[in-house]
Amino acid sequence: MLKKTYILLCMAFLLQLTAFGQVTTNMVHIRGGSYIPLYGRDSSMVEVDDFLMDKLPVTNRQYVDFVKQYPEWQRSKVKGLFADQMYLRNWKNDTLLEDTEHLKSPITYVSWFAASKYCECQGKRLPTVDEWEYVAMADEELADARVKKTYNEKILSWYEAPKTSTYEVGRNPENFWGVKDLHDLVWEWTSDFNSILITGESRKDVDKDSSLFCGSAAVGVTDLMNYAAFMRYAFRGSITARYSIKNLGFRCVQDVPVE
Amino acid sequence: MKTYIIIVAILVLGLVSCKQNNTAVAEATETSNESETISDMSIYNLPSTWTNQNGKDIQLKDLKGDVLVMVMIYTTCKAACPRLVADMRNIEKRLPESTSGKVKMIFVSIDPETDTPERLKVFAQENFMDQEPWTFLRSTEENTREFAAVLAVKYKEISPMDFSHSNIISVFNDAGELVFQQEGLGVNSDATIQNIEKAVSEM
Repeated sequence: MLKKTYILLCMAFLLQLTAFGQVTTNMVHIRGGSYIPLYGRDSSMVEVDDFLMDKLPVTNRQYVDFVKQYPEWQRSKVKGLFADQMYLRNWKNDTLLEDTEHLKSPITYVSWFAASKYCECQGKRLPTVDEWEYVAMADEELADARVKKTYNEKILSWYEAPKTSTYEVGRNPENFWGVKDLHDLVWEWTSDFNSILITGESRKDVDKDSSLFCGSAAVGVTDLMNYAAFMRYAFRGSITARYSIKNLGFRCVQDVPVE
Repeated sequence: MKTYIIIVAILVLGLVSCKQNNTAVAEATETSNESETISDMSIYNLPSTWTNQNGKDIQLKDLKGDVLVMVMIYTTCKAACPRLVADMRNIEKRLPESTSGKVKMIFVSIDPETDTPERLKVFAQENFMDQEPWTFLRSTEENTREFAAVLAVKYKEISPMDFSHSNIISVFNDAGELVFQQEGLGVNSDATIQNIEKAVSEM
């Protein structure tokens, strides 16, 4: 009898795991560390704790399932406060993609609110800028490949390529951590994207981030490393949370459970 | 039988995490149907809970019915915030008699860790703002980030005591819809005041 109970209990747990986005199988463990991000001044190392990250960007198929389960995030029902008119623009209706779209492509045309809620509903969250950039420094061999010429050239060549958001996820090799497609398909939402202060309005602000766009960081860079990152930071600084954009998707992360 | 109960309990527990949001939304729509509906662009759609300087928990929709003038600050700030506080004070001073009792002036902390309700209380007293129409609010880091996203306010922690942030004063009408934003420090507040008056007259 006891044995039976255990088996049933295990089954119940397993069921939950599958119901909540296969927590472990589709995520990889990122070992924390410290690094100097683009906007960092000489001494400002950023600390990143251990966390789990989705191996792949969230796909159209996964998002279709999400809006079926949470109808308040369907195109016709979403509140204007949480998403602009472009939200899920490439869908035929509330639950169907246009014929030209692929279920295995990354979801785009989603606002920050929608992306945050999606992750929350999987028991996850969006990565911070610091976490995202930390993982994105890696190429296939190194955790920090930013000094490599090929690393930067690859990213920049993608930034120039059109319509990459229609590719299917998983087409790129795993990076050092086992994460795919950080650079090649779509740009990705981060939880604190609105911590980047380089919009026009911020010129009137107490702007301590001036190193971000003053010559030293952007124009005068000695390698291309900062240029690719600069584009990402500039992009984040230029958007607001309601925006739903053609080449902007997301993936989720999760804190490592405390044992 | 017991076994089944346990299993069901586990499954239910597992579901709670996100279902909560569903029920929250359902409740929100129910209550709104009772009174007036909350419009699409209203900040009263945000379900977050905030604590004021008196330690009282409120939801944004509890503020419904008045015109709101809101700004995000942190109390340990030495540079811009005193000027933002001064800007808010000047706006309040210049509001005509007709708006009295219909406008709430609200400070929202971007540093919830430091700005405890007690800390906010002290700050309010120091600035002679511990009474109507002034309110000081703080919430979790997540809710604060979300609220900033709604206001298109940007902020970043530079060090534990220092943030860089946008200086934006936002005006919401009595339905909780954003009607005007004043950007910058020590700027002319004429347009802000006009918009507050207009929002009050449309109540």
